[in-house]
Amino acid sequence: MSVALTLLGLLEREPSYGYDLKRAYDAYFARGKPLSFGQVYTTLARLARDGKAIAGPPEHGDGPDRKRYSITDAGMADVDSWLATPDEPEPHLQPVLFAKVVLALMLSRPADSYLDAQRAAHIRRMRELTRLKDAGSLVDTILADYGLFHLEADLRWIDLTAARLSELREMVQEL
Amino acid sequence: MNTSAAGHGVLLEARDIAKSFGQTPALRGASVAVAQGEILAVMGPSGSGKSTLLHCLAGIFPPDSGEVWYDGRRLDTLNEAERTRLRRTAFGFVFQFGNLVPELTAADNVALPLLLQRQHRKAAYRQAAQWLDRLDLGDKGTRRTGELSGGEAQRVAVARALALGPCLLFADEPTGSLDSLTGEKVMKLLTGLAREQGVTVVLVTHDARVAAYADREVMVRDGVVTADVGTVRS
Repeated sequence: MSVALTLLGLLEREPSYGYDLKRAYDAYFARGKPLSFGQVYTTLARLARDGKAIAGPPEHGDGPDRKRYSITDAGMADVDSWLATPDEPEPHLQPVLFAKVVLALMLSRPADSYLDAQRAAHIRRMRELTRLKDAGSLVDTILADYGLFHLEADLRWIDLTAARLSELREMVQEL
Repeated sequence: MNTSAAGHGVLLEARDIAKSFGQTPALRGASVAVAQGEILAVMGPSGSGKSTLLHCLAGIFPPDSGEVWYDGRRLDTLNEAERTRLRRTAFGFVFQFGNLVPELTAADNVALPLLLQRQHRKAAYRQAAQWLDRLDLGDKGTRRTGELSGGEAQRVAVARALALGPCLLFADEPTGSLDSLTGEKVMKLLTGLAREQGVTVVLVTHDARVAAYADREVMVRDGVVTADVGTVRS
């Protein structure tokens, strides 16, 4: 999963300090693998260097100085393109798809369209594998079967998530 | 949304059709077009209206509103007798449980629609035997279909549907009662023969692996066609 794009998506929701971004990321997306502060600040520095985010002036407080980061237009364009582009159908996509769906709901973007686009990409890949079975050897068939069953599992998850979008939207907006 | 495969003439089309059963709407303005020779999969959750869409496209249910066009003419405005004639002469059907007559032999079941078309008995049975051969059931012709396995019975249903030489084949969950391997054999035969014969197929399924045999897929949700996944036919 792209940590940088996920952090950018969270920045689109509201300008944030690194500490808040880490907390939001860990709450929604970490699933037992929290980001280190080092990874958060390195990623933010890279995003700022690349013009995707802007760091505000250092703010003095009780602890060390801190900076509030905001997303730029270029950053928003990256988030938009990432969400709208289906991923290459392959096993174990779930963390990426989950992040996209939750971010889309947070940002009031059309999560259902994104799931439909991903569904289409999966079906196309399944069709390619089915053609391969028709034309190939038994070994090709058995290997294609493995891919087909994994893609089918993803597809069932996509369909079920699509059916649960209204409920998920309410939950995400309450948090 | 009008959905069709680019580059091929449209053979069958539903335009904004609605259909309710009592107070329950099954279709709420569904539109879809099927190109000549295309294999179209219709997917959707249970109760989404996909089977109702197939029944309306096949002229089994008249829609409450909207239009169904087949080969350049309105299907939904034909009377019951005309629709029945069309279903017997131009359309073939394969359903989940085959809808065969279990007391009759495999050959009887395949020959039956040919006999109803007033074909000579000898010719009808010769043709039935040829189709059973093509579906690897050459040795099962004299067996009652009630004695056949699920996969064999479903292949008899495919033979019966194709023996009439239909322009259009409607298949509603054709592998729904079969295990994965048997279902795969049935789908290979069904789609392989349909392509060979140039038969257009409308296939309703909830199974993505079955839908992957089609050229194109549409999704039905809440009685509306919502998504279309097309590919170029090889």
